[in-house]
Amino acid sequence: MTDVLTQPRPIRLKGRSFLALALTPELPVADWLVRLDDLAARSAGFFLRRPVVLDIDGLDIDRQELRELVEQLSSRNVRVMGIEGARTSQLGPDMPPAMTDGRPAADFEAPAESQKTEKETVDPVEIPAPSAPLQQPVTAAPSLIVSRTVRSGQSIFFPEGDVTIVGSVGSGAEVVAGGSIHVYGALRGRAMAGSTGNAEARIFCRKLEAELIAIDGFYKTAEDMEPELRGKAGQIWLEGETIKAAILG
Amino acid sequence: MGKVIVVTSGKGGVGKTTSSAALGAALAQNGEKVVVVDFDVGLRNLDLVMGAERRVVYDLVNVIQGEAKLTQALIRDKRVETLYLLPASQTRDKDNLTPEGVEKVIAALKSAFDWVICDSPAGIERGATLAMRHADVAIVVTNPEVSSVRDSDRIIGLLDSKTLKAENGERIEKHLLLTRYDANRAERGDMLKVDDVLEILSIPLLGIIPESMDVLRASNVGAPVTLADGRCAPALAYFEATRRLKGEDLPVTIPGEKRSFLGKIFGRKAA
Repeated sequence: MTDVLTQPRPIRLKGRSFLALALTPELPVADWLVRLDDLAARSAGFFLRRPVVLDIDGLDIDRQELRELVEQLSSRNVRVMGIEGARTSQLGPDMPPAMTDGRPAADFEAPAESQKTEKETVDPVEIPAPSAPLQQPVTAAPSLIVSRTVRSGQSIFFPEGDVTIVGSVGSGAEVVAGGSIHVYGALRGRAMAGSTGNAEARIFCRKLEAELIAIDGFYKTAEDMEPELRGKAGQIWLEGETIKAAILG
Repeated sequence: MGKVIVVTSGKGGVGKTTSSAALGAALAQNGEKVVVVDFDVGLRNLDLVMGAERRVVYDLVNVIQGEAKLTQALIRDKRVETLYLLPASQTRDKDNLTPEGVEKVIAALKSAFDWVICDSPAGIERGATLAMRHADVAIVVTNPEVSSVRDSDRIIGLLDSKTLKAENGERIEKHLLLTRYDANRAERGDMLKVDDVLEILSIPLLGIIPESMDVLRASNVGAPVTLADGRCAPALAYFEATRRLKGEDLPVTIPGEKRSFLGKIFGRKAA
């Protein structure tokens, strides 16, 4: 009939997390900037091309002062990509966006030994030495185990990793995981695996009756699924841009 | 202290009010003190089904707002003297129910009655969540068709998260009451089978009430079906459900089937 129906190319919306350096300014700002200059002087380009988030939680400054602080930082080649812990009254449309739900990561190493400045300026947040490439710390991927049935209208959201459901996922329920989804029961609702951009994620279930499945933003509704898989134990994965499904032995 | 039961379903028209009245009357016939509370403020029906519509003076909202005492609002049944009704208001809406008010009323009823049966309105909004809030036991009324089953699944999710028991980390006891079951239509595949419903909802089965003209007839004369004709099939099914509610281990029979291969169904108590 129309192009819309013959060429379903929906826009893919994905979440992704990145490491950023979190700076915690202190009052008075002028003094803090002096200490920052001292730190930067010891390693030229420490802040260059590094995403920086300003954590101003509990900091008593108004919008104008914050705007000046951001300008001061940008004149020092510190580019602020977002502001954490800000009240709405402190932000404006011309300022970096508010960021929430930050999680601590491995510490950034400050340029040189100087206990005083290191302690006060660089928030213990993330990664490696100045010029070294970013390295993922080796840790086990987190997983979430839900040992009950997920009922209609309930939603399990776990962008950090795998989700295992010991029970069923009811019609009208949804499970969103950054990693794979395992359902030891019937999957009747929606399952979205690899939601943060993981094309390797898979979906496994004991009984496939899903309303919708998605991996890495590519989705398939019940109507498009192979009817012979219905009611069977199955696994779903992504090959290129195609969702594949097979009966589990 | 009495037990608080909520009769709920999510979907409308599945038989919550009929079941509340029938179970209430069945429990009261054993001499236990029972009150059935209508939470459907604005669309009350329980007074009709119990034949008390011409005796309503004060209602639940009056009690909550301090305009009447609880004893003034309670209506004693004329047929069974241990059965009482607390009617809902027809002229107000559900915003008149306050969490504090409901808590007070339920606490007072619990101390005076053996069973407090809360007839929940349809939906998942204020009226329904307040009706289930203080329940010890939930009876989920479901018809053997997909929309009712999915709505019941939703309600079970709310029972496990929004009730006081759930918030205190306890598990609320849940039972499935399958109503308007028609053996012939199930046979033809026009209805979900008992097994399918149980598999999806995975809560223990309290009883199966057959679709019957007797239920309609009873509502029209203003009597709970367990009082109108104690010998008819739906009444017998409600009596059996009542015994199971009190803890008896009784095999469930699927109406319209001769042999009882149903031990296996009752034996299947999931989750």
